[in-house]
Amino acid sequence: MARHKTTASTKHAATIALGEISTARSGDKGNHANIGVVARSAAAYDFLCQELTPQRVAQYFAGLGASSVVRYELPNLLAMNFVLENALAGGASLSLRIDTQGKLLGTAMLDLPLPRPKNLAEMQSAG
Amino acid sequence: MTLRIGNAAGFLGDQLDAPRQLVQQGQLDYLTLEYLAELTMAILARARQKDPRAGYARDFIRVLGNLVPSLYLEPTPRIVTNAGGVNPRGCAAAAAGQLAQRGCGDVQIGVVTGDDLVDRLEELHRDGCPLANLDNGQPFSETRAPVVCANAYLGARPIVEALAGGARIVITGRVADASLTVGPVVHQFGWEWDDWDRLAAASVAGHLIECGAQVTGGYRHEWRDINLENVGYPIAEVDDTRVVITKPPGSGGIVNRTTVVEQLVYETGDPAHYLTPDVDVDMTGITLHDESKDRVEVRGARGRPAPAHFKVSLTYQAGFMASGQLVVYGRDCVERARGVAEIVRQRLARAKAACEEFHVELLGAGEGVPGMHEPPDDLREVVLRIAVRDRRQESVERFVEQFAPLITSGPAGLAGYATGRSPVRPALAYWPTLVPRELIEPHVDVRPASEWPD
Repeated sequence: MARHKTTASTKHAATIALGEISTARSGDKGNHANIGVVARSAAAYDFLCQELTPQRVAQYFAGLGASSVVRYELPNLLAMNFVLENALAGGASLSLRIDTQGKLLGTAMLDLPLPRPKNLAEMQSAG
Repeated sequence: MTLRIGNAAGFLGDQLDAPRQLVQQGQLDYLTLEYLAELTMAILARARQKDPRAGYARDFIRVLGNLVPSLYLEPTPRIVTNAGGVNPRGCAAAAAGQLAQRGCGDVQIGVVTGDDLVDRLEELHRDGCPLANLDNGQPFSETRAPVVCANAYLGARPIVEALAGGARIVITGRVADASLTVGPVVHQFGWEWDDWDRLAAASVAGHLIECGAQVTGGYRHEWRDINLENVGYPIAEVDDTRVVITKPPGSGGIVNRTTVVEQLVYETGDPAHYLTPDVDVDMTGITLHDESKDRVEVRGARGRPAPAHFKVSLTYQAGFMASGQLVVYGRDCVERARGVAEIVRQRLARAKAACEEFHVELLGAGEGVPGMHEPPDDLREVVLRIAVRDRRQESVERFVEQFAPLITSGPAGLAGYATGRSPVRPALAYWPTLVPRELIEPHVDVRPASEWPD
């Protein structure tokens, strides 16, 4: 399980947070959660295709107990959609969690660590 | 010609002033109001169990009261809403009463029914419909639990029928959210029901505005530079070739490519198959263009034939649940909070009321998302939240009785239990399934407000 001590990222860290090069939004469909990730630039999108694998996302959210994580790609829109199946402990009307609908997952996703890319500045400037 | 459709409610509980503001500022042809999440249907069904006249979105009746002056004076906008919940006729009766009282008795109200399958489940089963769970294939007969509600997601056709029948206001129960927009568009442009690409474009427009301010700057991480206090609700401009998403001039919020993309993928699965009762939408070819300030053009949605089945959202009761919380303050708050949770657990066990599910979260320590963070060492305050679920109501009632005594019979440094015992609620399990289209018959009834019975 990926449990993290919260530490401030430093300028020379070996990793970046996903939120430095993308935004995200999450929601529910029954017991499944989805997290949409929108890259800030084409360079960032290409990097995410390589690095933001469904395996990495599944490992990061291991505490949710999802049965699988599927990644769908929308290259036209520089966006990806992650579907975390059976991740919501029964969903809106049954889950005992404070976040019954996975509303926090998009925000949590922005902290996902990725290897620091060489062209970070390019990735952060929109298109 | 371009049709302007605004949506001023994204769920039951959304801002009550939004519809009036959008109507005043939006130059709308149609106003849609979307009230029904999966959970909302179950809550409304429970309300109907207690009172046969209830079970619809009461907010809509208040909203309608706010809109009366413009309904009286202007021919537009026409209103399409799923405020009917599990009781569309009851909603129509209440709306009619509101209108008749204010001198609008001649306003035509159309009601769409036929989505409610709660009394038809045995018949459907007999007709060879297994009602198998869409997620795991399990047949429903194995569940044997009291069904709270079962509703098919109807499409846009009965909405078009109601509009063609002269309805100024169309009230539905469960319809696909996007169909609230597709209905007006098809009615106005007369598109065929196999004009898949156009139906796809209209469905995308409906999907983009269905959650209200979520496409105009709400629910964004980049919130600092956006005026959300006065956020404008969304408008879809639809014509024969394209859709533009925008908001009223002068309103707060923002519409740009990012807000539109974030909402486009919101609560979707495979973007190549966004399924609605009207069309199977392929979003992968969509392109967006920032046309001007707060105007984004959407093109390129593709459609394939609509699914042969209607999706049905079924909810059954799976025991009872409750939650309670306390603030735990001071140097060892994390350890103490876990200790308090353990005391509650043991007291329940001693009372032979151990609950099947016992869930502990330390809010403020990073446990809002399970398994993500270790609590920081230097935390000085945490909210202990415990939630339980059990088939036996008595066990859950015993649980909610455990909180107040902790103030005197637990450790020091606890507070926040001044509001009395938490309510015990039914735990409702969600069962998505499919029913062949031919077994579902939507029904449309259009009458002037003065002729809807109380």
